[in-house]
Amino acid sequence: MKPQLKSLTQTQGFAVLTLVLGILVIWYIAALLMNGNQMINMLERTGQSWTYTQVLQGAYSIQRPPLPVPHQVAMELYQSVLNQAVTSRRSLVYHSMITLESTLLGFALGSLLGILIAVGIVHNRTLDASLMPWVIASQTVPILAIAPIVVVVLGSMNLTGVLPKAMISMYLSFFPVVIGMVKGLRSSDKLHSELMMTYNASRQQFFWKLRWFSAQPYLFASLKIAISAALVGAIVAELPTGAQGGLGARLLSGSYYGQTVQIWAALVMSALLGWALITLVGMAERLVLRRRGLTR
Amino acid sequence: MNRLFTSLAVIILLTQTWIALRLPKGFYQDSFLLPVLLIALLAAAYLMSRLTQLADRGKFWQRPCQLAVPALFGLMILLVWEAIVRGYDVPLVLMPEPSRVLVTLSNNLPLLWADFQQTYLKAVLAGYLMGCGLGFVTAKLVVRSPFLQKGLLPLGNFMASIPIIGIAPIMVMWFGFDWQSKAAVVVVMTFFPMLINTVAGLRSVDPLHADLMHTYAAGKGQIFFKNQLPQAMPFIFNALKLNSTLALIGAIVAEFFGTPIVGMGFRISAQVGRMNMDMVWATIFVAALAGSLSYGALALLERRVTFWHPSVRREH
Repeated sequence: MKPQLKSLTQTQGFAVLTLVLGILVIWYIAALLMNGNQMINMLERTGQSWTYTQVLQGAYSIQRPPLPVPHQVAMELYQSVLNQAVTSRRSLVYHSMITLESTLLGFALGSLLGILIAVGIVHNRTLDASLMPWVIASQTVPILAIAPIVVVVLGSMNLTGVLPKAMISMYLSFFPVVIGMVKGLRSSDKLHSELMMTYNASRQQFFWKLRWFSAQPYLFASLKIAISAALVGAIVAELPTGAQGGLGARLLSGSYYGQTVQIWAALVMSALLGWALITLVGMAERLVLRRRGLTR
Repeated sequence: MNRLFTSLAVIILLTQTWIALRLPKGFYQDSFLLPVLLIALLAAAYLMSRLTQLADRGKFWQRPCQLAVPALFGLMILLVWEAIVRGYDVPLVLMPEPSRVLVTLSNNLPLLWADFQQTYLKAVLAGYLMGCGLGFVTAKLVVRSPFLQKGLLPLGNFMASIPIIGIAPIMVMWFGFDWQSKAAVVVVMTFFPMLINTVAGLRSVDPLHADLMHTYAAGKGQIFFKNQLPQAMPFIFNALKLNSTLALIGAIVAEFFGTPIVGMGFRISAQVGRMNMDMVWATIFVAALAGSLSYGALALLERRVTFWHPSVRREH
């Protein structure tokens, strides 16, 4: 009995579960404090007297709480995911699909662009000296400010729909790929590159037989950042473009009407989406790197 | 021969600059000046490659040339922008030309400085320091405990994918309109990249090195400061640099959800509403400048700290 118990407590699932339970407990206590204060203020404003049991009951069920508790969010999620037709405007699945579409398009374009720029920077001194500072400067431009400008400019060129949102995703996701790839392409082992040099390897051979492989761990680390950046980009892009659908539009309408439960539900949904996307990239990473014995 | 080409390229560039700045608006609509722009682009590319060669060769010219190449690249982008906007007479609500943005910038310096103070010196700096510090300390704890490593990393990855834009209205609700709520958004944004990168860095220690430290009977502190921390530095600086741009974006975006009437995010959203695109771009310029400078400072520091890394110790 005892060794079994010990092996159970050492699994990853147990560790995650324990921490999640801890967070849930803290969450309920925090909600009691924050919502309870609001309850007390509300009751005192109307001149009613209040008891602690009243506050305790009210804290977990008031409308528009400052901090909704997990079961309220779960109820909202259940309502809007399972109890609605997938094509309905009230279904979170419908909104997620819209966001996913522009995320994936932007991610694909962004990582391709990022890899191309990195290869150019590593192989061409002029590009390295001239382009790299501007790649970095490009990320300091606040993207939400650019979003309406991008949409207006693209709209005047008759480009509407998914493409403007994907452009903003691309703009956010190409940067980590460039940074990671440049670092990775340059991090090949010195012994290996000297060996290649003694073989009189051409630049192409250098790239395909050494640099490309030394860059792969860095590439996948960057791709994970890039895909969550692409998701953020897609959601941000849905705010100012006047999008009727998407998780971003859902967040905005939630914050507009003070529907905190709706905000949290959309937030949890986008977190789930991001987690699924990162897991997919992680699976690809393990598949590629396992053959080279690089996974732990 | 090289000198001839170089002087020719300079003359072409100056001509193009004169065309872009001095001709009356709409000059591309009724003349054939577009080829000059293309030739000017080629000339600039030639000049940049010459400057790079010069920077790689000589000691004396190295630093000025290293600065001149990206500067020339940036000026080229501005030149194309100016030429297209003025040449096709693009309306102001769509896109202002750089020269107009510059004039607006110099006319509104006190206002922009106040915005910069509110957003950068208060929200970004405080949030960045707290977020990165917390991320580092948590990573240190996580690496030491296998239990936390198993439990917290999946959660960290999960949390890293939450878009801050959703957190921003909640933080504004919790911490009020002033810079504290923006700093809170920045803390949340910068924490997880720092955590994930530092853990990856601390775990990247070569087993051989760890064994060596063990044979030396090194203490915990020695192992950390002499082996783990230096080994993790490239990863940590990666996170620091990514965070420096994330933090600025986060603070500005958070200001869209409620702010006192000062701050870069407020300025942008207010001026977009009034169609004052030149003021919008002036604010964006200040933001880009601040972000680039902080990134540059971090990159310089990185070269000092991780001088041994293959990507810094570049050989030719």
